[in-house]
Amino acid sequence: MSSIEVKHLNVWFDDKQALRDVNMTIPNKGITAIIGPSGCGKSTFIRSINRMNDIIPSCRVEGQILVEGKDLYGPDVDVTEVRKRIGMVFQRPNPFPKSIYENIAYAPRIHGTKDKRKLSAIVEHSLRRAALWDEVKDRLDKSAYDLSGGQQQRLCIARALAIDPEIILFDEPCSALDPIATAKIEDLLSDLKDEYTVVIVTHNMQQAARVADQTAYFYLGELIEFGDTTQLFERPENELTERYITGRMG
Amino acid sequence: MKYINRTGALSRVAGRTGLKGFDGAPHLILFIITLISATVLVTVAAFLILGSLQAFRVIGIVEMLGGTVWNPTSFNNPAFGMLPLMAGTFLVSFLAAVIAIPIGLGCTIYLAEIAHPKVRAVLKPAIELLAGIPSVVYGLFALLILQGWVAQVFGLQTGYVALNGGIILAVMMIPIMVSLAEDAIAAVPRELREASYALGATRWETMRSVILPASMSGIVAAIILSIMRAVGETMAVLMAFNQTPLLTLDPFSGVQTMTATIAIEMGEAAVGGLHYSSLFAVGVVLFIITLVMNTVANRIMLRYSEAYR
Repeated sequence: MSSIEVKHLNVWFDDKQALRDVNMTIPNKGITAIIGPSGCGKSTFIRSINRMNDIIPSCRVEGQILVEGKDLYGPDVDVTEVRKRIGMVFQRPNPFPKSIYENIAYAPRIHGTKDKRKLSAIVEHSLRRAALWDEVKDRLDKSAYDLSGGQQQRLCIARALAIDPEIILFDEPCSALDPIATAKIEDLLSDLKDEYTVVIVTHNMQQAARVADQTAYFYLGELIEFGDTTQLFERPENELTERYITGRMG
Repeated sequence: MKYINRTGALSRVAGRTGLKGFDGAPHLILFIITLISATVLVTVAAFLILGSLQAFRVIGIVEMLGGTVWNPTSFNNPAFGMLPLMAGTFLVSFLAAVIAIPIGLGCTIYLAEIAHPKVRAVLKPAIELLAGIPSVVYGLFALLILQGWVAQVFGLQTGYVALNGGIILAVMMIPIMVSLAEDAIAAVPRELREASYALGATRWETMRSVILPASMSGIVAAIILSIMRAVGETMAVLMAFNQTPLLTLDPFSGVQTMTATIAIEMGEAAVGGLHYSSLFAVGVVLFIITLVMNTVANRIMLRYSEAYR
């Protein structure tokens, strides 16, 4: 059960508060979308789930995030272990300046898989899972930069899948992609949601409506509303949510 | 996106957009200024080559480059073999590189990845400041203090040996290396670091497997450029050890570098004589060595600008 329980989460950058007392439970499996206007803290929120905010020295986090009942911010938690279980895909495709094969093999290798055949199997499986295998199987040794933007983003998804996470975070994964590449990623998301708990930040409300099972609306660092996607878009309970989704704000 | 060369790309853009303000007189003036700089390089090269012609003609290129004795002031048997001088330059630069590379790279990695931003904000300018200290100051330190330490540590009668020069040159190389290599590492996009951290890599794994490979060509270029500094250095070398043109690779011996030879002997050589001309020949060889190293460094740097878009 990889549900994510967020309890009284507060995040500061220096003395500027980015998240205010966020409480929510992201259910196991399925897709949860985080929407909201720029600067509402949605990226900060998703980056607290795999503790990526830790690398920013000015960042301070209070509260709890429980996965399988264990607090990710607990005293004896290994950050690298957290990030191994919670994968992340970023706004812009960010493959390593290495071959396609090496991009995928990188993470399993640092986590201890040395056997060549096992690595090759992981590479193939991850690429198939990210619907990229057929396009790249003949040029695994070519630079990842030879791929198109959409292919690079799917490569980054495959890279995240290679360490077999339970949760995958997507931070606006389509913001740098064209509509066709975006559609492919969305198909892929729907494909992954039976196996993984997917959390996606998006500034594109149609995208949230299309792919997400649940949607959360953030505004000025606060969680305003969280619920079933259809319900949130059709009958929002909060007036702020309604103003945002009807385009009168943000 | 790959650039064939940056200036080429830039001039194409200028051609397309017309850059109106740079037509006419300003264009001409800037062109002439650029031409002057380029002419200086050609003039220096021509000056060296012309001056050296006599030596190469009379002594012979093989004897000059392959001769094992440098004794141009001998009355009976003057010898103009450059090999001892090249060995001297090589030995001193090699010692300096062996000392400077590990320290410089360690320093770079600390500054780039480990140091707190506030610490880096103080340390990096401080190290870069060291690059601006005149070489005679380093030479003075080598002459007055360092040689004593070298003599004591290695049990020598005097510390005026090649190693003393190597150490002081290493001290002079490190700031250049650190400054350039740190720039190369800092130029690695943040997104690549984040990608690696997000996969559960530690800082060290990220450094070793992502950041260093991505910035390797910049780091290698930094090393080459700092070695060039050592090869070309004259004053600190002159002051650090006894200039004796021995063909040896013994770090505890005095040697004589190419730069020091020109500096010392130019004053005593008769203008227009063979000795005078042979010093120009030394200059030509030195010029070629630095030109080759610079070209190699530039090639590597160009490749590094293509490593990530």
